[in-house]
Amino acid sequence: MILKKQLIEKELISVLKTVSDPEIPVLTILDMGVVREAREVNGIVKVNITPTYSGCPAMDVIEDDIIKAFDDVGKKATVELILSPAWTTDWITLEGRKALEDYGVAPPLNPTADKEVLLEEKRMVTCPNCKSTKTVVVSQFGSTACKALFKCEDCKEPFDYFKCL
Amino acid sequence: MRDNLIKYILGIADNSLILGQRLGELCGHGPNLETDIALTNISLDLLGQTRNYYQYIARLSGNNKTEDDIAFMRSEREYINVLLVEQPNDHFGYVIARQFYYDVFHYLLMQNLQNSSDETLAAIAKKGIKEVSYHLRFSSDWIKRLGDGTKESHQKIQEAIDDRWVYTNELFMKTEADELLINEGVGVNVLDFKEAYYQKVSQVLEEATLTVPDEKYYQKGGKEGIHSEHMGYILAELQYMQKSYPNLKW
Repeated sequence: MILKKQLIEKELISVLKTVSDPEIPVLTILDMGVVREAREVNGIVKVNITPTYSGCPAMDVIEDDIIKAFDDVGKKATVELILSPAWTTDWITLEGRKALEDYGVAPPLNPTADKEVLLEEKRMVTCPNCKSTKTVVVSQFGSTACKALFKCEDCKEPFDYFKCL
Repeated sequence: MRDNLIKYILGIADNSLILGQRLGELCGHGPNLETDIALTNISLDLLGQTRNYYQYIARLSGNNKTEDDIAFMRSEREYINVLLVEQPNDHFGYVIARQFYYDVFHYLLMQNLQNSSDETLAAIAKKGIKEVSYHLRFSSDWIKRLGDGTKESHQKIQEAIDDRWVYTNELFMKTEADELLINEGVGVNVLDFKEAYYQKVSQVLEEATLTVPDEKYYQKGGKEGIHSEHMGYILAELQYMQKSYPNLKW
């Protein structure tokens, strides 16, 4: 199924806000931008979500969590996974980016900058601990498929950087 | 038409499944922690893409078929992955050579598949290409690092590059389903980017101070379901749980 625009009914936002990404608990699925559509049709809430990565194991959990969250307020919900348009890190909201940083994960840069930092051509990723930009790539693949591993040369702390997609 | 479409999708998806499985074998066995995590992350991407394809095939098939039936319940002759992806991990050079040869192809395939007239395939490719570009960057970096590294790393990666070369040409052999689907505007004509493939491969190998193989003898068979001796062992491990406990769910 193809969906062009994000469409979320206002009344459903408060429930959706209670569901978060199981791997980054500070980030709600709304801040993450994975909810593309949510509407109530004949008493049933239909939610469409889009996977961040093809193999993201969090998607199955998010699906169950959405159904449970609506069940808690006495509503029946169905969740469908949609593939197009493909999720992009641009859909993470400003609040989401802030939450990521507070959690210790450096938020994604733009695609060009992303490539430059991962190829170690430029230093632009800010350390979420001490805000230094003297940071280096340890590995292009981090603890989950969506992150790369960095370390800060000032505070010496290792941290995750959310890769650009 | 439907059967050919299914066959066409399997031709792409089975490569991802078997390569994903091969990389999964390295979980906990990578040369260092970061590389171990990278290889299994790539495996996860490939298996995720495989699920997207198999779910689509299951929908097309009807009859309550599930993605698990397609992944686990076929016989060896029904898997149509290329021989390249089923080759064993051997030493790390072999892991990287196989990955590099496949990533260059995979990237070009995804780039073209984005324009498929089949909306689902185009959507999977648009998602997939973002992931595959990270894979390609990873394997190209390692080719250069090993090739332009120590005497021993150079010799070992050259050995792997030479030995796996014979499996590259099969990537560009078209099946009957390919031909039909290309005419429908659904499938990608792999010959369109064969030249670009070998150019890109040569460019990275040269940058890595490696010799580009010039062997003209190539292996084939996987696309017809005729696999190397390794395939049975892969399937034994892959299918064990579903065959012992049909319909098992995690």
